[in-house]
Amino acid sequence: MLCDDCGKKEATIQLTQIINKEKMTLNLCQSCADKRGFHSPFEGVPFPLAEFLSSMITPLSDIGKKPVARTEKEIKCANCGMSFSQFASKGRLGCGNCYKSFRTQLKDLLRKIHGSDRHRGKIPNLPGMEMEHLKEERKLQEELKKAIDEENFEMAAQIRDKIKNIQEKK
Amino acid sequence: MFEELAGKPASWLTGEGNNSEIVLSSRVRLARNISNLPFPSVAKSEDREKVITFVRKAIQNDSQLKSGQLYSSSELSGLDKDFLIERHLVSPEFMREGDTRALFIGEEEKISLMINEEDHIRIQALRSGLEIKSAFELADKIDTGLSSTLEFDFDPEFGYLTSCPTNVGTGMRASVLIHLPGLVLTKEIENVISQVTKLGLTVRGFYGEGSEVLGNLIQISNQTTLGKSEEDLIESLEKVTQQIIEYENNSRKTLYREAKEQIEDKIWRAFGILQNARVITSNEVTNLLSAIRLGLGMGTLTEISLGTINQILLISFPAHLQKYFNKEMEPNERDILRAEFIRKKLGKQS
Repeated sequence: MLCDDCGKKEATIQLTQIINKEKMTLNLCQSCADKRGFHSPFEGVPFPLAEFLSSMITPLSDIGKKPVARTEKEIKCANCGMSFSQFASKGRLGCGNCYKSFRTQLKDLLRKIHGSDRHRGKIPNLPGMEMEHLKEERKLQEELKKAIDEENFEMAAQIRDKIKNIQEKK
Repeated sequence: MFEELAGKPASWLTGEGNNSEIVLSSRVRLARNISNLPFPSVAKSEDREKVITFVRKAIQNDSQLKSGQLYSSSELSGLDKDFLIERHLVSPEFMREGDTRALFIGEEEKISLMINEEDHIRIQALRSGLEIKSAFELADKIDTGLSSTLEFDFDPEFGYLTSCPTNVGTGMRASVLIHLPGLVLTKEIENVISQVTKLGLTVRGFYGEGSEVLGNLIQISNQTTLGKSEEDLIESLEKVTQQIIEYENNSRKTLYREAKEQIEDKIWRAFGILQNARVITSNEVTNLLSAIRLGLGMGTLTEISLGTINQILLISFPAHLQKYFNKEMEPNERDILRAEFIRKKLGKQS
C-alpha cells in the first residue's frame, strides 16, 4: 500500500483516529508521518494525569478561566518553594516536605483518588520513636476492630483509650 | 550494547510460572524517594547526580544486588532505550528525557531499578506467569535491603511519599499481562473490563495507556495505593485474575463447542501466514501469535512450543530485531528480515 500523503513511498505506519465516533484510518510512510508529527508510540506519550489531577483540585467554576493573579498570600512548601497552584497545574509535588506543607489540601485530594487518606502498608525501619508508636497504634487498631467484632465493648473502650494516649504523645 | 541479551528470553517471557498459558507475566513496582532531596521533576542536575551516587552506594552494600549492572542514561542510544522498553525493564516515561537517569539491571533481569524517573527509585520485580506474590516478595526484600543504607521519605499518616499523589502510601503498582482471545472473540471482554474497573483495578491494552488492544493482551493493575496493605492489594488483584482465567477458559470451551471449524481455521491460517510471509510488521506478528497461543492452549496446534512463540514475539519487536541481527534497519528492511527469521523458526526455509 502506498502512503496516503505522498503517494510514492510504501506506507509503514497506520494511524487510526476516532473523531465524533467516526473512525478514520491513514496509511503513511515514515517521512510523511514525521512531517505530520507522529512518532514511535514510545515518544512523547501524552500523560493525562496532570490534567486529571488539576481538574480535581480546580473548582468546577474556575475551569476554562484564565488564572488570575492572586493577591492573597498562597501556601508554599517551606523546603522547595513549590506553591499549591504550581502543584495543581503540574500534578507533581516538589519534595517530601510538600506533603507536610499541603497536608490539609492533600488529605481531601487523597480521599478522592484513593478513597482513603491513611497508609496501612509497610512501615520502614527508620530510627526514631515515631515508627514504634505507629506500629503499636496499628496493632491496637486491629485489636480494637476485633474487640468490636466480638462485641467486647469494655475491652474496646480500654483499647481506644490506649490509642488516644499514643496519639497525644506524638 | 545489549546484543547478547537479545538472544535470551526476557524474564517476563520465559513461559514459566503459574497459569503461564494465559498469564504472560506479573510485575510489582515500588516507588521510593530519598529523604531531603527534591523529587526528580524539579531537581537540579547536581541533586539528580546525588541520587545516583547514593543509590550506587546502596547497591554496593546490598549482597542481593551483587551480580547486576548499573547503566547511566547518557550511555544508552535511542535503540538501546527502545530495546529496554520492549524488554519491560524500563517504562517509556523513563526514556523520554535523557536527563541524569540511571538503570540497574539485576541478575537474570528479575529486578530492575529505575533511578530518577518520576521518583528517585522505582524498584521493579518481573516474573513470568501468575506470580504476583513472589514478585512482591522479591521487590519487598530489595526495598528492605536498600533501606538499610538509604533513608526513604515516609510519613506516618501518608506512608511512602511519591512525586505524584496517585502513588503515595504503599508506592506499589502490581500488574499482570494476560492473554484473552476467548473473551475477545465471544465479545465478553467489554463486560469483563467494566466489572474489573468497578473493583478498583485499571485495565489497559498491551503497551499502556490509550493504545489499541494488540494481540488480545490486556494489562490489569491496582488503581489505588493508599488505605490498604500491600498484601491486600495483591490478594485482590490475584483473585480477580483467577476469576478472569476461569471466564477465559469457559469462553474457549464455548467457542470450541459452537464454532470449532471457524476457530481452527483462524489458528491454522495464522500459522500459514507466519510460515510463508515475506514481509511482516511487528504488530501483525503479535496479533497472529495470539491465534497460535490460543491454538496451543486448546491443543489444536502441537507443532510449536510456547518457548518458540515467546521467542518469535520478542525478537519481532523492532528494537529486538535490530539488536538480534546487530544491525540498524529501516522499517521496510525490518519487515523482510522479520518474515525470514519467522519462516526459519517455523521450519520453512524457502
